[in-house]
Amino acid sequence: MVMERADSTLSGMFMIPGQPGLSVLILVILLMIGLYMGRSSIHSLILKMTELIASAMNMAAQSMGQAEKKLRDRNREVLLELGQEQVERQLDREFFRVNTVVERDLGRYPALQRVIADQITHIEEDYKNSGQMLPPTPEWIEAVEAVAKLKLDHKNNPLTANILDSIHEASVKHQKQVMKDYRDSVGRRHQLLQGLRPYWRRLTNTIDEVGGTMKSLMDRARDIDTQMARYEEIRQGSEKAERTLRSSAGIQFVVSLFVVLVAVGGAIINFNLIALPMSEMVGATARIGGYQVADISAMVIILVEISMGLFLMEGLRFTRLFPVIGSMDDKLRLRMIWITFTILFSLACVESALAFMRDQIAMDLSALRHSLSAGGVAQAVEVTGVNNWIPMVGQMVMGFILPFALTFVAIPLESLANSTRSVFGDLMALGLRATAFLLRLVGDIFKHLGEGLTHLYDVFIFVPLWVEKTVLAQIRQHREKNDEPKITLTAHEVGVEQVMK
Amino acid sequence: MTLTACTSSETVPNSKGVYLLLDTSGTYTQELKKAQQIIGYLLGTLGPGDSFVVARIDSGSFSEKDIIAKVTFDSRPSVSNAQKRAFAKTVNAFVNNVKSSPYTDISGGLLQAIEFLNEAKVGKKHILIYSDLKEELPEGFVRDFDLILDGFSVHALNVTKLRTDNIDPKEYLNRLEEWKYKVKNGGGQWTVVNDLDRQDALMLM
Repeated sequence: MVMERADSTLSGMFMIPGQPGLSVLILVILLMIGLYMGRSSIHSLILKMTELIASAMNMAAQSMGQAEKKLRDRNREVLLELGQEQVERQLDREFFRVNTVVERDLGRYPALQRVIADQITHIEEDYKNSGQMLPPTPEWIEAVEAVAKLKLDHKNNPLTANILDSIHEASVKHQKQVMKDYRDSVGRRHQLLQGLRPYWRRLTNTIDEVGGTMKSLMDRARDIDTQMARYEEIRQGSEKAERTLRSSAGIQFVVSLFVVLVAVGGAIINFNLIALPMSEMVGATARIGGYQVADISAMVIILVEISMGLFLMEGLRFTRLFPVIGSMDDKLRLRMIWITFTILFSLACVESALAFMRDQIAMDLSALRHSLSAGGVAQAVEVTGVNNWIPMVGQMVMGFILPFALTFVAIPLESLANSTRSVFGDLMALGLRATAFLLRLVGDIFKHLGEGLTHLYDVFIFVPLWVEKTVLAQIRQHREKNDEPKITLTAHEVGVEQVMK
Repeated sequence: MTLTACTSSETVPNSKGVYLLLDTSGTYTQELKKAQQIIGYLLGTLGPGDSFVVARIDSGSFSEKDIIAKVTFDSRPSVSNAQKRAFAKTVNAFVNNVKSSPYTDISGGLLQAIEFLNEAKVGKKHILIYSDLKEELPEGFVRDFDLILDGFSVHALNVTKLRTDNIDPKEYLNRLEEWKYKVKNGGGQWTVVNDLDRQDALMLM
């Protein structure tokens, strides 16, 4: 029955009953004629629609481009501001260090100068005292000369000989005495000179110390110069500074992300350490939003520890995440530091106790499972000695240390927060640019699609178009033969001629 | 108030209720040693807030007196562990001193299980039937009613083949089919686990 109904419907569609082929042909011809008659309007419609879409895409691409430019400018501003702040902090630290060095080392320069002067005076005196004193010439040498000048005939006089012998004795004695005195004075001189050695050494050390201090000051001054040059570049907003800051932000992002992920791992270990014993405290059946209250409590404890760590780092001025804390009065800030440290310490002790409880619960559970699997007959093997207390102590130590370790996550967190804005800003700008490009591409595609669709339309009505072309060509030929004036073709005829070509 | 509403509800959706029916009729009492392993496994896997009951199938199982041991585990793990130890001890004592019954009233035991688990208001309800599923009712006992097992999972464990099943296996298959039909007709899910040595055999829940 269904088939009969379908047959009757189909036969109703045929114009000439019993002649399906002819009916279809007539339908096609009528369709072609209809499409040919509406050709220009439909062409116009297609072209206008595709032009509309193309221009909408281009407008969207343009606005994406403008948004990208604004974002890039804003990113640049933020990057330069952050860079400036960073360099200011570094300069601040350098100046503080220089100030410390000047106060500590060069502050005692007057005293040092006095010490050096005293040492030099001492050296001078000792050196003066160590000057060689020539032995005095004896006066009796003139007497010897006088005797020597005696006349020859007096020379063989025994009295002369006696005098000369006495003079000889005296001179030998005197010579010995002088030599002794000379040796003594040389010895004293040497002693004095030896005594100068420690003073020279002390003087050398003092001067070296001053030299070292001056050298470190000069190094710091050089660093400050470099930082200042960098600061100037950032303030001027040079491209080099921007490139350097961008690459530095990228590296900071990667490194701090890595460290934060390590800290997350630490937090997960911490969580696993205290979740089971928390269920002993708050019960294991209660749930909030599908999660066990024990798990939520453990997570809250860890988050509180991280928060306390953040506040502690802020109070110690290691980070600058909260300007309110940074601008606090020193006394208040110190109080805050002590309070947060106390809370952190208490939580660390609580965690250590929970870790101990966890060990007990785990042992109990293991003994239970063993007794159940062995049918309650065999006793669990007791673990004694080192193997018993090492895991317990290890867990307790971890429970105590992990909260303190997690406090330092504030530092990479600040770095991550600062660098994320820059990195994601750049990625967004890149995304906007890519979107603008795609929109422009789609716009161009639609523009050319319009032309393609008009050509495709003409393919369906190629017969009447061919007839039109032939008729027009014949009319032109006839006019040329009869030498009739050239008739200006209408725009449509020109268009037809162009399409036919 | 919101937190209280979040933390407590009439039916606790994450808690489990397990009702284990042990067939103590005829020669099936010899299989009860294997059942201890199942009980041990279940005690090891059930957690705080879950309910566990072990009851016997005897001549008239629709009675609270057939309950060997029952417990709802405390929320504190240490207390829960102590409860498990006491439970295992009670069940072991029963298995060591059990006397076989002449008849097997499985339907009565099922009905008792349904009543108990519905009253316990647990999230997931499991009935384990440790039996050869050969029901033999005493004279005058009426058990031709439909069981309402919406939300229940019924697991038949260790369905041993009787001598008559070996002669005509169709008896065994028909027996299984009958119970399957009863459970599915009542809206429940039905599984059969015979190889209890398989690691995943009891990962039903």
